[in-house]
Amino acid sequence: MPPAQDQAMPTPDSNIVPEKGRDGIDVVINGEPFRHTGDPAMPLLWYLRDVLRLTGTKYSGDAQAGNGADLVLVDGKPVAAIGQPMKALAGRQITTVEGLAATDGTLHPLQQAFIDEDAIGCGYCTPGWLISGVALLTRTAQPSDDDIDQLPNLCRCGSQTRVRRAIKRAAAGKAGQA
Amino acid sequence: MSGQIRLSRRRFLQVLTGTAGALIVGIRTAEAIDLPPALLGGTFQALGPYVQIDSDGNVLIGARDPDTGTGVATSLPRIIADELDADWNRVSVIPLGLGVESDHGQPRWIYGRQLGGTGSSIPAAWQELRQVGALARWLLLQAAARRLGVPADRLRCESGTVIAPDGRRVTYGSLVEVAGKIPLTANVPPVKTPGRYTLIGAPAGDVDAHAIVTGQASYAIDHHYGDALVAVLVHCPWPDGTLARIDTAAALAVEGVVKVLQLQPEKDQPQGETVIAPAVAVLAQDTWSALQGRDKLELEWKPGASGTQSSYALEQQAQALLDGDDAPTARIRNDGDVDAAGKKAARRLEATYVQPWLAHATAEPMNCLVRLDKDRASLVVPTQAPQRAWAVVQRLTGLAPDRIDIRVPRVGGGYGRRLDHDYVAEAVMLAKLIDKPVRLLWTRDQDLAHDFYRAASVHRISAIVDRKRDLIGWNQRMASASALVQRGVPDNRLWTSETRADQLPAGLVPNYRSDWYGLESAIPRGPMRGMPHLSNAFAVESFIDEIAHMMREDPLKTRLRLLGEPRTLPLAGGGTLDLGRLANVLKLVADRIEWKNWLRSVNGLGIACWHIDGAYVAHALEASMPGEKLTTERAVCAVDVGRVINPLGLHGQVAGATLDALSTALNLAVTYKDGRIQQHDYKSYPLAGMAQLPNDVEVIAIAGDRPPAGASFLAMPTAAPALANAVFRASAVRVRRLPLMKELLRLL
Repeated sequence: MPPAQDQAMPTPDSNIVPEKGRDGIDVVINGEPFRHTGDPAMPLLWYLRDVLRLTGTKYSGDAQAGNGADLVLVDGKPVAAIGQPMKALAGRQITTVEGLAATDGTLHPLQQAFIDEDAIGCGYCTPGWLISGVALLTRTAQPSDDDIDQLPNLCRCGSQTRVRRAIKRAAAGKAGQA
Repeated sequence: MSGQIRLSRRRFLQVLTGTAGALIVGIRTAEAIDLPPALLGGTFQALGPYVQIDSDGNVLIGARDPDTGTGVATSLPRIIADELDADWNRVSVIPLGLGVESDHGQPRWIYGRQLGGTGSSIPAAWQELRQVGALARWLLLQAAARRLGVPADRLRCESGTVIAPDGRRVTYGSLVEVAGKIPLTANVPPVKTPGRYTLIGAPAGDVDAHAIVTGQASYAIDHHYGDALVAVLVHCPWPDGTLARIDTAAALAVEGVVKVLQLQPEKDQPQGETVIAPAVAVLAQDTWSALQGRDKLELEWKPGASGTQSSYALEQQAQALLDGDDAPTARIRNDGDVDAAGKKAARRLEATYVQPWLAHATAEPMNCLVRLDKDRASLVVPTQAPQRAWAVVQRLTGLAPDRIDIRVPRVGGGYGRRLDHDYVAEAVMLAKLIDKPVRLLWTRDQDLAHDFYRAASVHRISAIVDRKRDLIGWNQRMASASALVQRGVPDNRLWTSETRADQLPAGLVPNYRSDWYGLESAIPRGPMRGMPHLSNAFAVESFIDEIAHMMREDPLKTRLRLLGEPRTLPLAGGGTLDLGRLANVLKLVADRIEWKNWLRSVNGLGIACWHIDGAYVAHALEASMPGEKLTTERAVCAVDVGRVINPLGLHGQVAGATLDALSTALNLAVTYKDGRIQQHDYKSYPLAGMAQLPNDVEVIAIAGDRPPAGASFLAMPTAAPALANAVFRASAVRVRRLPLMKELLRLL
């Protein structure tokens, strides 16, 4: 977990010994294994935000897919974290916006492109655009405008034209490397 | 040591020496300077819109206005940093909490005004914050003069370094200790001349960009106290309704649910300062438990008197008022004699424009984290106006002004919704009732059904054209429900949220009349981005196109003829309307979109212009309509805001406001029936997705030298009329009712 989140958490009591053999749902989040021992019906969003305090994945306010601020990658596919009960995620690989950069802090090309293109309004929906954008670039190295049009995200600040440019910039960078 | 220079009767520049010899410069008000410096030392948070330079050369600048996505957390500090000649790579920006002290029980705002998203941050900062940087730079120069034995006026500053004529260099960091001891003169050090700007006018990315793309940026909704209970709500569908029956057994049976509490609006409080409607709150250990508990509540609400109202009936009422000859609620302006001009008419035209109710739909839902201790309140609030949030907390807690600590991290969209603080009142009331910290969280259904909406409007405009094809008469009548009702605004000022006395084409038509008819509705109303320009520009700029069409004239030519020779007109609120600058932005977008093809282009071209408080905007759009599929092929926007602080930020604001305005005009409407709002999610309030919006917005920002005007909603008013005008050229269908897509499909 990144340091910023650690600061918000109470210091763990060192006398606490982890329970052995407690049933739970094992998931891998941003490369780290976690075991969820609470309500199996709890949506992934609340596991991330309330339990792990990984708050980069945002609550859009909706019970179903909303503005896309809560998108995460489950086995590489973008899905709304609010609609994913933990019990459906046993053994899955989950990537949140906190896990897009390399472990040494090197940004994903799309993260860098968002910075370079200033593809940010208030920034609340930005993690969701990054998740769906990364999934698109993984699927299609050189996405067309029509491909980009299919992104499910919403943004009232109007960052869409800059997001489009950022996706194209990241794609061009990929092409340049090849 | 500390010292100050008088800037004006009430404002002083203040110099302090912080911990480890840091140099700290800021502005304080007259009332605040009698405080002992010890109170101010220690934490930077208590120091206001200050700049702090550490001995290692790092610079910390406070951003006082909430950043709701307007970029002020970047642009305000850059104004200070430029005057300081700081190395931007070594500047850290921190958002400042609310700056409040106690003056015999009254609040004293130590940072001046703190307000975001109203288009006023940059103009206010330009007046106040440049001197902060200039004084810090002056002190460093004096210190360097002593160190180098060279008169200060022969030294120059560059990127955090003072440079002597012989090439010797000293860093700011090594000078701060001496600089903090330099005696102040009575004179305010002069601010830079524009030719010496290094950061102002240069593009800069958002200071929070890296944190945002890595998921580390923290919004109020991301904050938590370990023992806080999560509170989620169901509001009564009617603001004046009542709770007829409640069964909480099933909700309380959900594991983690702690309590179910009821909230009531306080009857004597203005709109936006208390609970918006009767509500039932579920408080639980965590969000998931709270949401499940909320789903299991059994509630029966009874409508109040508003239970018969509908948005449809309100529009009928507006149309009937405009059909009749009742005296208006307010006569906004009356130049010449419109009735007499009618007798000289060669041509007349009349049209009615209908625009719907709108919701804010901020990305970050309403939320508030509050901890009440015996003699202290600590809050994290997504607000545009921390001082107004403070007033709500103070009233509900009775605490001394300085015992209320309000933190404002980056805000997930405001658009005017967070100028109201009903959600803060709810959180504080719940924390009082349950005697524990509370993390209040709204769901989207509550957000869309319980907003302070922008009311619908009906404009009826008639034009009189004489034999020389000159527009000699303009009679505009508008009916709407004022946003200012129940907000302490006198009745004779209620129209000010609805229209402007100096909006186009006032002052350009010899016989001009503007009347406003006030409507009543129980649906709560409040500030909304672009108000009142958005609705008026759509009606006026659509109608000017209709006049051009009637006269068989190029609508660009009609507009330029109307604006006439470059000259200035007085604005109602002071300042001037510069018609030359307005015509200029119009010509720029026309050139860029190749307006000369207007007549023969297969796609439709549309244009519109507007002005807001000394800033100018024009849009030109190209729309294609094969069959019923409307596509905005190109969108060009030109703005003139005077001096541009951050061109990259301005481009973002202009492109963003263009897309927001198009999304709103194309799709969005709030409706109500039997007094109940009918929109509850993004399906029923469908913000435009990528596919519906133009692929690019071409932004032309004029680099001017006048004091900067605000830009956060400048580009909103002209996008919709330019689109409607383009749609008319593409399809021969004139859309006079929004949302545009629904009306267009009805008319086709």
